[in-house]
Amino acid sequence: MGAFLIRRLLVALIIVFIVTIIIFLVIRLLPGDPLIIFLGQQGGQVTISEEQLELLREQYGLNDPLITQYGNWLWGILRGDLGTSIYYHEDVGKLMAERFPVTLHIGLVSLIGSNLLGIILGILAAVRRGKWIDYIVTTTAYIGVTIPQFFIAILLVYSVGLKLGWLPIAGYKPLSEGLWESTQTIIMPVICLGFLSLAGAARIMRSSMLEIMHQDYIRTAWSKGLSERAVIFKHALKNSLIPMVTLIGIGVGITFGGSVIVEQIFAVPGVGRLLVTSIFAQDYIVIQSGTLVIAIIIILTNVLVDISYGWLDPRIRYN
Amino acid sequence: MVEKKSVITDFQETPPRTSEWNRVWKVFLQRKTAVFGLVILVLLVLVAIFAELLAPFDPVKGHLADSLKPPGAESTLKPGSHYWLGTDTQGMDTLSRLIFGTRTALLVSFVTAAVSALAGIMLGLLAGYLGGFVGALIMRVMDALMGFPMLLLALFMAAVLGSGIQNVMIALGVAMLPGYARVMNGLTLSLKENEYILAGKAIGATDARIMVRHILPNALAPMIVLITMQLGNLILAEAALSFLGIGIKPPTPAWGAMASNGYRYLVSYPMLSFAPSIAIMLVAFAFQLVGDSLRDALDPRLRGLL
Repeated sequence: MGAFLIRRLLVALIIVFIVTIIIFLVIRLLPGDPLIIFLGQQGGQVTISEEQLELLREQYGLNDPLITQYGNWLWGILRGDLGTSIYYHEDVGKLMAERFPVTLHIGLVSLIGSNLLGIILGILAAVRRGKWIDYIVTTTAYIGVTIPQFFIAILLVYSVGLKLGWLPIAGYKPLSEGLWESTQTIIMPVICLGFLSLAGAARIMRSSMLEIMHQDYIRTAWSKGLSERAVIFKHALKNSLIPMVTLIGIGVGITFGGSVIVEQIFAVPGVGRLLVTSIFAQDYIVIQSGTLVIAIIIILTNVLVDISYGWLDPRIRYN
Repeated sequence: MVEKKSVITDFQETPPRTSEWNRVWKVFLQRKTAVFGLVILVLLVLVAIFAELLAPFDPVKGHLADSLKPPGAESTLKPGSHYWLGTDTQGMDTLSRLIFGTRTALLVSFVTAAVSALAGIMLGLLAGYLGGFVGALIMRVMDALMGFPMLLLALFMAAVLGSGIQNVMIALGVAMLPGYARVMNGLTLSLKENEYILAGKAIGATDARIMVRHILPNALAPMIVLITMQLGNLILAEAALSFLGIGIKPPTPAWGAMASNGYRYLVSYPMLSFAPSIAIMLVAFAFQLVGDSLRDALDPRLRGLL
């Protein structure tokens, strides 16, 4: 296990290294000078002399050879310095640190809620296979994987927000402003963000449970005269949960990807919104560091998933 | 070579061979949901091809006097014809834009899926078959690409490339690439352990021949299923990019952008966002139905794996 852990972390480190190269190269392949593009965004009033431009270039290190720029960026990240945003004129680390708790709040509630509900629905559907509840769950799961996230948002905003007026249609309040005050603002974003994961969890849980229910040891449990509750919760549930670990790993990626859209629609000041704003502002420093941070989180999550997978199921050998 | 007929070729009493594709087609058609999905897709392809004939108005030319008309209103430009789904702020007919949007959506998804699947399959095949440093390098780069959430990677690429239909295709293609490569790599690794590969090598078949003639055909079934399922995801991803305003921009009719523009007028004109969103969902739904049924028809063992 120890050797596996070290090897897995090493591979993850190599992958992170490749990620930094990809991000850096793609950004530098931008047709044109990042600064010119940025200045052009500021409207027509830019009257900057060649000398000033040169000064700015020097300031952002854009005159250095690519490898030096890359080295400086990487060295900065290693020291925890993500660079200074061109658009916000603030430290990217600080920008991310301000917005991260917001994304984490909504993301965690959605991830936990959707997976729990998905697991319950999946079990119900598997246990009552072919009954009405199974049809409802499978249909909901189908809708969940085919509905655009923004359409869930549009439907919720239209019905619950605008027609019924029950929930605010935009904005975010942190937990420190009161539980209900805060929860009110995240209900709709959480539903939008979690519906896809819910559908995935219900589908996987259902098929995993159905597969387990055909195993010999389940038949033994039945023939011992155990109650349905005991068979399902004491024997079947544990093993059928194993595929869920992978799904939670995927869920972290889906949540970050989805937060880009959901935060934009509901005007939630999170990391996703920061990235979209930076993309429109052509703020390459925020884009490169922000994307890298998210990629690192996802790669680390995958390492954790791999490790817990082996821990949960001793049959899986590491080689 | 001495002509020597083997016993087996003389003996022709094997049951009549139905082709594998016939069998798949039969199983596929037995499923009502599969046929339903296929019918939707065929209809949409027809709509995309004959968009000019079906659309009552020009999809990119607005008539400002008719801006934000409710569904069913009569056109002042062409008396007698109606805006069945209303118009947007530019006075462009929603129905016509929806019809031409079908073309955009299907074009983006089919072309992107074809190109990224081809590249992904090649990379996965090479990496799996060759192994060693090259193989490891290819797969680690794919792992790195997978470290980004799919939508974020597409967003990142689209941000660098700029908007426009071609750049959206490139961005989505790169985002989809690692998925194909990874599955193909796994398949290649397990397929190359088969004895017929060893036999092929023993009679001196080249690596290229073994990869193209022996491994690829055996990996085709799961790859086709994966591509079909990704087609639906591509539609959703393209719509998401366009909704954010980073993908395909107006006046080109794209469903995601239409839904996004309509969002501002949600209270009074919900149809502007509802209609394109439902269209997106319908296509994604149809692809999912067809993909699921194809998976079951091609290989029941793939259940749950893809």
